[in-house]
Amino acid sequence: MNWQTLVTALFAQSHRIERSGDLLAGEAEFEGDRVAVVGTTDHAPIGVALALAQARVVLDTMAQHPGRAILLLIDTQGQQLRRQDEMLGINRAMAHLGCCIDLARRRGHRVVGLVYDQALSGGFITSGLMADACHALSEAEIRVMRIPAMARITKLPEEMLTELSRSNPVFAPGVANYVAMGGVRSLWEGDLRACLAAALAAPATGDQRAREGAERGGRRHAQAVIDQVLAA
Amino acid sequence: MRNMLKNRVSYAECTARERIALVLDADSFVEWLPPSARVTSPHLAQLGVPTSFDDGVAIGRAHLDGHAVFVAAQEGAFMGGGVGEVHGAKLVGLLQRALRDRPQAVLLLAESGGVRLHEANAGLIAVSEVMRAVLDVRAAGIPVVTLIGGANGCFGGMGIVARCTDHIVMSDTGRLAMSGPEVIEASHGVEEFDARDRALVWRTTGGKHRYLTGDCDALVEDDVQAFRAAAIEAVGRPAASRPLTLQGLEQEHAALAARLQAAGTDPEALSLWARLGILEPARIPEIGAAAVRLLRPSVSAALAA
Repeated sequence: MNWQTLVTALFAQSHRIERSGDLLAGEAEFEGDRVAVVGTTDHAPIGVALALAQARVVLDTMAQHPGRAILLLIDTQGQQLRRQDEMLGINRAMAHLGCCIDLARRRGHRVVGLVYDQALSGGFITSGLMADACHALSEAEIRVMRIPAMARITKLPEEMLTELSRSNPVFAPGVANYVAMGGVRSLWEGDLRACLAAALAAPATGDQRAREGAERGGRRHAQAVIDQVLAA
Repeated sequence: MRNMLKNRVSYAECTARERIALVLDADSFVEWLPPSARVTSPHLAQLGVPTSFDDGVAIGRAHLDGHAVFVAAQEGAFMGGGVGEVHGAKLVGLLQRALRDRPQAVLLLAESGGVRLHEANAGLIAVSEVMRAVLDVRAAGIPVVTLIGGANGCFGGMGIVARCTDHIVMSDTGRLAMSGPEVIEASHGVEEFDARDRALVWRTTGGKHRYLTGDCDALVEDDVQAFRAAAIEAVGRPAASRPLTLQGLEQEHAALAARLQAAGTDPEALSLWARLGILEPARIPEIGAAAVRLLRPSVSAALAA
């Protein structure tokens, strides 16, 4: 879904969300409250500058609007694959964005992530995956890599990976698999306003993803291993 | 050369457990979920790929100069230190246990290419769980210190995790970055990043560059005793724990924005070093860690100006 369609579905005309390059930023009225909105569009590669631009919005929201909910809109092809970004510490800039989101949560901002188009690897890990909970449109795409690329890099037969991915979500891309693994809380379909309202109303519970992955059967070992370490 | 180095043990050449044995107090390490427990990756087994009885990471408690600390060490020789479901959960478990048991500090001996591609979807979630667990531990006032000096460097999601910790110690042979040079070369061509040009790779992602530009906090030689001394110093500092604050993140933002501005569109570290006031940038790759340490105050001033 393109971002204009999405924000119209969520906020009708009650928003001032603007695009600047690949950055989306602004605010919206939602059921009587203001919501800060920040994210990216056009499958943006996240480099140092775009990570900092998003961090700026989160920092300003904390400083100027304590407690205001933050909606992260995710559409990224992953991290920028450029030498200059590496030289300038892209991992540090992305960590900085993740830390800004983390601090916003700790200061009482409800942070909701929404993958509305595609989310890949590094672009996702320091945005939606740092929210209280991340959701996805059912037609969105989430992956680290597609099965053919995975086959090439791991030197394993593509047919085997495809076959195994039918029963084990860990091997397969896709939003439904991320829900099964606990990485995505829910898929949004139909009435998107109702989905957002429910997400904003959900209590902040801390990181429940390993538990949810176990309950949903998509990531069955993480919580058990965590529990074993705590009991050792 | 051999004689000069006879008392030095290369951190880069050590295994994860050798690093724990030599960086922490002798015989103080008590491992949780040791290889004898055989907690391995079920996904690798399903793929018919060899597993490791610790899934590539050793975790437990130990002492550092008499202080009770928790420690995790990633084994670069197993799948490049890649983070899979079990590996990541061991790290999260260690950090959650630190929240409960409150050691003096948590040490992360990082060596990783990032998410393990064989189980990448679970690994991606796992790395974000590690990030959040690290920040929980920091928020509780327990410092998390990262050591980077393994041959595989610290890349991908672990490069982000490292930057979520309080303090990073690197050797000049260590590397800290996001995407490996091979990935960038494959994506944008050899003109963008020649992965075989070792000098280029190190001055773009290596310890000296990271130290000069503030991406790491301490720079040491490739020597386990130097890492130990730096870790003791990091844990013993008066303000070893630095929970996130709005003011701290504003400072971080300003530093990153200033560097981005200083670099312009030039991807060359030598040019950036020159712009940051280093008089003979071409000499940096040749000089030792001690000499590089003397240069940082002037660079910090240039970035703050």
